[in-house]
Amino acid sequence: MAAHRAEAAAPIDFSELGALDTAGAALLIRLIGVERLRELPPSAPGLTVERRALLLAVGEAMAAPEAPAAPAPHRLADVLAAVGALLTETWSNLLLLLNFMGLALATLFTVLPRPKRWRLTSLVTHIHQTGLDAVPIVSLLTFLVGAVVAFLGATVLAQFGATIYTVDLVAYSFLREFGVLLTAILLAGRTASAFTAQIGSMKVNEELDALRAQGLDPMEMLVLPRMLGLLITLPLLTFLAMLSGLVGGAVVSVVSLDISLLRFIDIAREIPLRHFLVGLSKAPFFAFLIALIGCLEGFKVEGSARSVGAHTTSSVVQSIFVVILLDAVAALFFMEVGW
Amino acid sequence: MVTGHGAGAEVVISVRNLCNRFGGHAVHEGLDLDVYRGEILGVVGGSGTGKSVLLRSIVGLRRPSGGEIRVFGEERGVFPPQGGSQLERRCGVLFQNGALFSSLTVIENIALPLIEHTGLPRPEAEHLAGLKLALAGLPKKAGSLYPAELSGGMVKRAALARALALDPDILFLDEPTAGLDPIGAAAFDQLLVTLRNALGLTVFMVTHDLDTLYAACDRVAVLSRKKVLVADRLEVVAATDDPWVREYFHGPRGRAALQDAGS
Repeated sequence: MAAHRAEAAAPIDFSELGALDTAGAALLIRLIGVERLRELPPSAPGLTVERRALLLAVGEAMAAPEAPAAPAPHRLADVLAAVGALLTETWSNLLLLLNFMGLALATLFTVLPRPKRWRLTSLVTHIHQTGLDAVPIVSLLTFLVGAVVAFLGATVLAQFGATIYTVDLVAYSFLREFGVLLTAILLAGRTASAFTAQIGSMKVNEELDALRAQGLDPMEMLVLPRMLGLLITLPLLTFLAMLSGLVGGAVVSVVSLDISLLRFIDIAREIPLRHFLVGLSKAPFFAFLIALIGCLEGFKVEGSARSVGAHTTSSVVQSIFVVILLDAVAALFFMEVGW
Repeated sequence: MVTGHGAGAEVVISVRNLCNRFGGHAVHEGLDLDVYRGEILGVVGGSGTGKSVLLRSIVGLRRPSGGEIRVFGEERGVFPPQGGSQLERRCGVLFQNGALFSSLTVIENIALPLIEHTGLPRPEAEHLAGLKLALAGLPKKAGSLYPAELSGGMVKRAALARALALDPDILFLDEPTAGLDPIGAAAFDQLLVTLRNALGLTVFMVTHDLDTLYAACDRVAVLSRKKVLVADRLEVVAATDDPWVREYFHGPRGRAALQDAGS
């Protein structure tokens, strides 16, 4: 203490100081200490008024009390806590989604009998954006996958001399599974993310609050048109995907497997209709889930653009997960039922 | 200026014992406030004193943790309105950043509440919207622009036009002059007073702008220490013995605004 006092008494000469910025000031203050800085006389040699003010301002900022240090990490407990937090969060997310579905259906049933409240303009826009605009990508991708399945079938089946069954392979897989699954996954990536980003940025911009403050229901204005739009477009796109996959398979069959187009069509026509219906029946469920997950994630956005990004990712991941999970469950169900 | 509200003035917004908590952190604790018909009330307070939270609670965007809010004597529910409440139609809100619907043009933004609430056909609603737009001081050609194409000041005016769309009885403004240049801000204050005088609006305005307080507000409510510290005419508020109030009104900016208002 006494040494400190004696030190403090010694004058500091600033005359050699060429230039001073805030970083330099901070270094200087760390060297001489805040206490001593405060005691610095205005007449210290070489210290201009401006520099003294700068030093004092930086000194005050440095003297501000430190935030309490984060508690020391406890590895095992932290991992357990993180797992627990993840579980409760997943559970509450699930409950939230179920709530949201109920709310969406309730809103739908209040709006349905009142044609005045149908939002046709909005509905048509969303059908355009989620349906028509997705036609090229859906048909191209399913065409390619159809061709790949045909090649795969040809490679494996040729060993048994059953190349002709390639047609059945392509047709069954696209009618029952691939048509609807590929479309749903594509739309989960393309549309769920778009819904989340649209609604999320509206939330960031307080547009949702503005709607509510005007007595308008975001559920009715934003969610219903998106949900109904997707409910209409996903089955249509699924049909397109099935056709496109079959065409892909047909092209490979004709070009490299020596199965004539007529033969291909003959075999495809023998497939019972129920396989097509099994595939198509899943489309509305997928559409419902994709649309609602996309919208719900949008509503969950808080505050910043970063949150929009995080929830967009989350909506794509969730909707693809749900689509595949539901498809697997449906496959089991249809197999047990014998359809 | 309308000053001094006796016992006769009608209370349009009455807040009693309002509590708002975020987690363990209380923003309001036992807050009381009355807003009288036809006045312009300025709400001031330091950052984080819950001015916007108060506004959101009164408008019905936030469910208070406790207490009671009555607007026109009707208990303020939280959205969605139950039992066909018409409160939303009687309140216009201007949000801090405008909150115009980015997918609609300015005219469509203003026409939306008209179409939704009154069932006016679109051409008539847009005609009326054009009128509101002109009233808020925007040129006709701004109507066909999208919000992203507007300047900050134009966004505020467009948002004001939208808030006025349904001819509300109460106008809520969240920092209407923040981010405007001084000329634009002064014009905004003037517009506000004109509209209030002509339409008999009641205005609840959250603001930081001392010039606006002097130029437009009849009463000022100071939020501090989780309550309304004082709500009265500006002279009375400025004379209140409180460190924050003294700093606010008698700091360099406060004095400059006072001189401007006096000259």
